[in-house]
Amino acid sequence: MMPATLSLALPLALPLALLMTLPLAAINWHTLLFLLFAVVACACAVAVVLADNVVRMAFYLVLSLGATAGLFFLAGAEFLGAMQLMIYVGGTLVLLVFGVMLTAQSPFVAIKTSTGDRVLAGMVGAALLAVLLQSAFRVEAWQLPAVGAVTAPTATPLGMALLGVRVDAPAAGAPETAVRSGYLLPFEIVSVHLLVVLVGAAYLARAKRRRTPRAIDVAASSSSPPSSSSSGGVAATAREASSSSALVPGGRR
Amino acid sequence: MNHFPFVDGMQSAMGAVLAVGLIDSPVSVAHYLVVGAVLFTAGVVCMTVKRNALGVLMGIELVLNGANVNFVAFSSPYLRGEGAVSLGLDGQVIALFVILLAAAEAAVALAITLNFYNNHATVDIDRADDLKG
Repeated sequence: MMPATLSLALPLALPLALLMTLPLAAINWHTLLFLLFAVVACACAVAVVLADNVVRMAFYLVLSLGATAGLFFLAGAEFLGAMQLMIYVGGTLVLLVFGVMLTAQSPFVAIKTSTGDRVLAGMVGAALLAVLLQSAFRVEAWQLPAVGAVTAPTATPLGMALLGVRVDAPAAGAPETAVRSGYLLPFEIVSVHLLVVLVGAAYLARAKRRRTPRAIDVAASSSSPPSSSSSGGVAATAREASSSSALVPGGRR
Repeated sequence: MNHFPFVDGMQSAMGAVLAVGLIDSPVSVAHYLVVGAVLFTAGVVCMTVKRNALGVLMGIELVLNGANVNFVAFSSPYLRGEGAVSLGLDGQVIALFVILLAAAEAAVALAITLNFYNNHATVDIDRADDLKG
């Protein structure tokens, strides 16, 4: 009993003890929280790649996107962080989880990838990561420590910018003469796009009635004139109607 | 606190961490870019490796999210260094559009996946070779 309790308490106590050894004034809490969220986001993103079970992949993706929302909050984009939680984690991922539930038959829950593909993709990914990291550290202005300016709430400026009116202050360091336009037209385009896409998705994923024609319908359509065969095959799909008419020499053309 | 023997060792270890400057120095844009790069790379590898169609979709979400992290980092006045230029609110608006379009893309891709599953009774994208000549 005692060793079990100790082994449970030790992983919790060790970081706490590490923190207590620090002089508290030396800790930059913003940086500490950033490191926490960044490690969770990156580790869960890598776990999505490494996991084979699709349900676990979805769970790790939820954790990764939630930690990214925390990063948005820490960068002063609180409205965007809230939208990330509500639309991404609350909407898109629920949609994905529904897809997992609808398609997760037992042979498809874990589709293994061959080891050669894994190694090759790992090498390509490592090369891509090296290029990206090198370019991230190449620009001097991106490595300047943050000034830590107090940021204003962004919800009202974002809403006004989507209506075509800019009420936010010009971006710091930007030239004063820069043209600052609103986002009314992209907002309209995106809204119509979203509507069309959702109608299309509902059309694509609609429940099709794939009923095989009953024997009495087939008999009725083969014995009666072609006009009555259409009334018997209302629910049948077009392919079935054409195949059943092909059976009849004088069938519907 | 120093009655415990291991505290001294930990104190020196934390001193090393502090000397590196990982905890006590403020965050810069480059920190966010590293996170975005890792998310992007994980998404690309996920898209190429996974054979489950839903796994490929999750890779796409990771890629878009990595791009969003970069947009937010460039637009944040809080992270801006002395004398540097930030995107201002524009980056956040673009990130908002990316989130909305990712939602639309996920809806359509999921509908296509369900259609494929209804027709082929599998979600293995290696089986989607009907158009192969």
